[in-house]
Amino acid sequence: MRQIAGLISLLVLVVFLVSAVLLIHPFGHPDASAMDDYIIENAQEETGSNNVVAAVLFDYRGLDTLGEATILFTAVTGVLLLLRSLKRTEEGS
Amino acid sequence: MLSKIVRTVANQLIVFILVFGLYIIAHGHLTPGGGFQGGAIIVSGVVMLLVAFSSHEMKKGLRERVLSIVESSGALIFIILAFAGIGTVFFYNILLGTPLFGGIPATGSGPGILWTAGVIPLMNFAVGLKVIAGLSAVVLALALFSSGEEVEE
Amino acid sequence: MDYIPLDFPFLAAALLVGISFYIIIFKKNLTKLIMGVAMLASGVNLFLVSLGYRAGANAPIYTDVPGGPMVMSVPQALTLTSIVINVAVLALMLTMVIRIYRHTGTLDSEKSRKMKG
Repeated sequence: MRQIAGLISLLVLVVFLVSAVLLIHPFGHPDASAMDDYIIENAQEETGSNNVVAAVLFDYRGLDTLGEATILFTAVTGVLLLLRSLKRTEEGS
Repeated sequence: MLSKIVRTVANQLIVFILVFGLYIIAHGHLTPGGGFQGGAIIVSGVVMLLVAFSSHEMKKGLRERVLSIVESSGALIFIILAFAGIGTVFFYNILLGTPLFGGIPATGSGPGILWTAGVIPLMNFAVGLKVIAGLSAVVLALALFSSGEEVEE
Repeated sequence: MDYIPLDFPFLAAALLVGISFYIIIFKKNLTKLIMGVAMLASGVNLFLVSLGYRAGANAPIYTDVPGGPMVMSVPQALTLTSIVINVAVLALMLTMVIRIYRHTGTLDSEKSRKMKG
């Protein structure tokens, strides 16, 4: 029963994925690029850096980098919390 | 702990890996790269040392308290640099006209100048510190746990 | 040499996501489930990067670039963020599997489902 339900859902999902991928713009010719044209045009005068991707990551979209640094900090704290030794819990504390 | 040849070669190679990683972090506003990529390169060098020497030896060199302080200071420097331009907007580039890191490169293609781009190189250093300390602590904790020792504090 | 027929990168990303969904639905070993999640992350990153490609353009960096149009730069920044987040989530999943193995002694997801003391 579980196998049949899983098989039907997998089939529906794969058909959706392939048909959705063939409906967007052809590969190599994007059509809605007004924001990227503005950023590539003016990144050198407004931020002063030659690397447009670094300017986007730290100046135009800095809040996303702040959220990502928070996620990295939380994951490291979670890992170090989960890997305490077992000897201490057996002694009772 | 592996044989003496592996330990000697790892001791010599870690210097080159450190210099290469710091080069990619420092030139993040001129060439492809930046804080995250350079931090991942240095962490791979630390993993090479962890394999050559056993994790029991590495625990004496990398203490947990030092790694925790370095990672927290990296996050704090990033947030302080973001709040420094709060007079205008939240992430305002405050060092753009000053002689510290100000300077604007010539429009179009050409070799880049290191002393440009305002607050972006300092943010690269802060994020690089954070990634190095965080991922080194995770790898060290996993190696110590699976060999049965206690993690300090 | 910049003509790629039939939208190959999009179909490869859809194939990766499809295979990873098969692994997540049908397999029971916990290590195989983690590999399926990693494959899902790779498929999504490939799709995100290949959305911003322009045929015959250069990388979006102004240092010593030959003239011409440039590739879109915002999807590349979003993919960088996605890769770092996937590394963090994968590390957390692996430590949870280590603790489950120490506590219940098995790596089967059916047997370690019932909670006991």
